[in-house]
Amino acid sequence: MKKEQTALGLGARSDHRTVYVRLFGVLERYGVVLALVLLVSIAGALQPIFLRPSNVINVLRQVSITGILAIGMTFVILNCGIDLSVGSIVGLTGMLAIMFQPHGLVVSIGSALAVGTLVGVANGYGVANGIVPFIMTLASLTAVRGIAFMVSDGRPVMGASDAYAWIGGGYVVGIPVPVLILGLILFAAYFILERTTFGRSVYAVGGNEEAARLAGINLTRNRICVYGISGLLSGLAGVVLTARMTSCDPAVGILFELDAIAATVIGGTSMFGGEGKVTRTVIGALIMGVLANVMNLMNISPYPQQVVKGLIILWAVLMDKFKQR
Amino acid sequence: MTDANMLLEMKSINKSFSGVPVLKQVNFSVREGEVHALIGENGAGKSTLIKILSGAYTRDSGDILLRGKEVHVSHPLDAQRLGISVIYQEFSLVPQLNGAENIFLGRWPEKPKGWVDWGKLVDEAAHILRQMNVSIDMTVPVRTLSVAHRQMIEIARALSFHAKIIVMDEPTSSLTDKEIDTLFQLIRELKRQGVTIIYISHRLDESFGIADRVTVMKDGMITGVSDVSGVIKSTLIRLMVGRDIQDLYPRRTSKVGELILEVKHLTRKGVVQDVSFSIRAGEILGFAGLVGAGRTETMRAIFGADRLDSGEIYVRGKMVRINSPADAIKARIALAPEDRRSQGLVTCLTVAENITLANMSSVSRGYGVISRKLDREKAEQYIHDLDIRTLGPQQRVRNLSGGNQQKVVLAKLLNTKADLFIFDEPTRGIDVGSKAEIYQLMGRLAEAGAGVIMVSCELPEILGMSDRIFVMHGGRIVAEVLPNEATEEKILTYAVGGASE
Repeated sequence: MKKEQTALGLGARSDHRTVYVRLFGVLERYGVVLALVLLVSIAGALQPIFLRPSNVINVLRQVSITGILAIGMTFVILNCGIDLSVGSIVGLTGMLAIMFQPHGLVVSIGSALAVGTLVGVANGYGVANGIVPFIMTLASLTAVRGIAFMVSDGRPVMGASDAYAWIGGGYVVGIPVPVLILGLILFAAYFILERTTFGRSVYAVGGNEEAARLAGINLTRNRICVYGISGLLSGLAGVVLTARMTSCDPAVGILFELDAIAATVIGGTSMFGGEGKVTRTVIGALIMGVLANVMNLMNISPYPQQVVKGLIILWAVLMDKFKQR
Repeated sequence: MTDANMLLEMKSINKSFSGVPVLKQVNFSVREGEVHALIGENGAGKSTLIKILSGAYTRDSGDILLRGKEVHVSHPLDAQRLGISVIYQEFSLVPQLNGAENIFLGRWPEKPKGWVDWGKLVDEAAHILRQMNVSIDMTVPVRTLSVAHRQMIEIARALSFHAKIIVMDEPTSSLTDKEIDTLFQLIRELKRQGVTIIYISHRLDESFGIADRVTVMKDGMITGVSDVSGVIKSTLIRLMVGRDIQDLYPRRTSKVGELILEVKHLTRKGVVQDVSFSIRAGEILGFAGLVGAGRTETMRAIFGADRLDSGEIYVRGKMVRINSPADAIKARIALAPEDRRSQGLVTCLTVAENITLANMSSVSRGYGVISRKLDREKAEQYIHDLDIRTLGPQQRVRNLSGGNQQKVVLAKLLNTKADLFIFDEPTRGIDVGSKAEIYQLMGRLAEAGAGVIMVSCELPEILGMSDRIFVMHGGRIVAEVLPNEATEEKILTYAVGGASE
C-alpha cells in the first residue's frame, strides 16, 4: 500500500496543531526509551536484586557484544539492506585474534578488525553489483563460518595474554571495558549518522536508492562503506567476545546476527530503510538484555525466555506499522 | 434535506491528519446514473474524500447515506459490499497474472475438491468484457498490457462486484488521447447501463467532456456544485484556485549569452538516436513529443543517469565525460526527474535533508561534517524563496502535497549551483497555482543567465515557455520550431512522425 499523501502544511498554521504534531513526534522518538524505563521499573519491583550496581554492570557487559553488532546492523538496515554474516565474522575474527596473540596485541586485534572489514567490503561490493543483500550475506555467513573452522581445524583455541584479557574483563573508573567500547562506538556511530554527509547518504540511499543516485551519491562507495562498517564492528565484537572468554571456538557467534537484527528492529529502525536512530538500537539491545537478565533472576527456563523474546520482536514490528499510519 | 434522486450523500465529513484538518464539513452528493466530476487542485482533498468513501480512511465525523439510508463504511470490504468500487491511479493488479485471473482475484470459480474452474473463469471474464464492449487479450500476464488495458481490467473487476458506483481517480493521467476517447466511450456505456460514475480530475477540459455535474473542491472544502451545461470554465477555475489565472507564463527579457551545453550525436541503443542540439545562457528550450519519444531518455543520458552508447557532450565549450549523475552535478548540470516520488525525493527524510541532498558540502564546513546551523538556514531560505508550505525544515517530505514536494525538488536543484537546469515534466500532477510559480522560477533562472530545458507533454506550457522547441519522435529530434511560428497542431504532426523538417 502506498503511503498516504496528506495535505499537511496546506492552510494556515496554528499553534495547537503544531503541539499535536510535536506530541506525536515525542512519542515516536522516545517510545522505546519509555519502554525501557517501564521495563526497568517493573524488573526492579519484581526482583530488587536487579537494581544492584553489580547486576546492572553485569547486564551492560552482556549487552555490549549485541550492542556493537547491532550498531553495525543499524547502518546496514538504514541502508535498506541486511547483514546475516556478522555472527560468522565474530567467529572467524575471534579465532584469528586468539591465534595471533603470540605476535602481539596490535597484530592480533589488527588482523581481526582487518579481516572483519574485508568481509564487509566484499559484502558491500556484491550488494553494489546487484546481489540481493540477504543472499550476498547468506553466502558470506556460510563461507566465513567455513573459514573459521578451517583456520582452527575445527578445534577451540585457549589462552589470552593479560593485556588481551583486560579488554574483556578490565575496568576503567568502574566501567567494564566492553561497555566503554560500546559507548565509544555508539558515540562515533551517532556522530557519523547524524552529523556527516556520509551518514545522511546512508539514510538517503536506504530511503530511495534512485533518488540518491540522481542526487549524485556514489552507490557503490556507499554500500562498500556501510557493509564495511558492519564488518569492522563484527570484527571488534569478535575481539571483545574472545577477550571476555579468553578462548575461542570456531562455532562462536552462531545466530548473533539475529540478536543484532532484533535489537535494531526493537529500536524502531524501519526494515524498509531510511528511518531509524542508532541510539534507539542500543536501547533495543538493552531491552533484550534486561529482559533476559530479569527472567534469569526469576529462574525462568531458557525455553519460555525465547518465546518472550519473539513476542517482543513482534511487538516492535507492530509498533512500527502503527507509526506508519 | 434529502433529495430523493440522490444515490449517495456524504454529509458534514471532517478529517484531520496529525491535527491538520484536510476535510472541513464536506457535503458531497451524487445522483443516480450520472457522471459526476470531482475537480480541484492537488491537495484540495479529493482523494481523501474518496478514500473515506471507500473505507480506506476513517472519517473523524460525518455521515454517509446511500439512497437516503445511513451506511457504515469503515473497511474497503464494506464499500465493496455496498457496490462502491474505486479505481486508483496506482492499479492493484497482480502483474504476473492474466486479465481473467485478476478480475476474479481471490474469487476464482472452483470445481469440487478445490480445483480452479478455468473454463468458467475465462467465460465470466469474457462476459464482463462484452458488457463493457471492449476486447483485451485475457491470456497474457497483465504486465505486458498497456496502461489503458490494465485500467479496463480494473474497471472489469469493479463490474464483477456488481458495482453501482465506480469512482475513477485521475483515470486519464497516463493515457494517450486515443485511449482517453476509448475510456470515455466506456464511461458512456456504463452510464447507459445505469452505473453511476464519480470522476476525479484536475483537468477541467476533460471533465467538461464527460460529466453531467461537477463539484469543485478547494482546501478541503466544497466551493461549488453545478450542472456542466450552463457553467463557464473561468468560473470553475476561480472556484478551484480562488483567483483568476492570468499571465500563467512569465514575460521574460533575458538576453542570450554564451554556449552552455552542446551535445553531438547522442545515441543510446533503441531509445536515443543521433541527437544533437545546443543551448545558450538565458535560453529556455522545450522538448515536445509523445510518451516514449526519447525525450526523458535523452535528458537522463546527458545527466549520466543512463549510459550513452556514443556521442559527445560539451559543457561551456569543453568536452566532458559524464558517467554518473555525480559527474553531471560537477559539470553544473541539474535534473528534476520525471517522477518526483520515485526519483526526485527521499520521502522519508525531512525537507531540509532533501533540499541539501545533491550538494551536502553546501552545509558542511569541511571534513564531511554537517553544520546544523547552515543546514537549517539553507532550508529556511529555500522554504521562504519558493514559498514551500511546510511546518518547517524538519517536516518529512512525504507529508507535503504534490506541488510542495515538487518545490522541494526544485530547491534541491537550485542548491547545486548549476547553470543548466533540466526539468522533466515539472508540472505533472500539480495544481494551477504551483504551476504558475514553477513557470516563474524557470523564467527567473533564465533571466539570471542559466540555461533551462523543459521536457513536457503539455503543449500549452511548451508553447508558453520555450524560446526554441524541439520535437522528438522515435528517439530522434525530428523538428526544431520557434514558438511564434508553432501551433499545437504543427507540433503534434511532427510528434506523431507525420512530417520532418
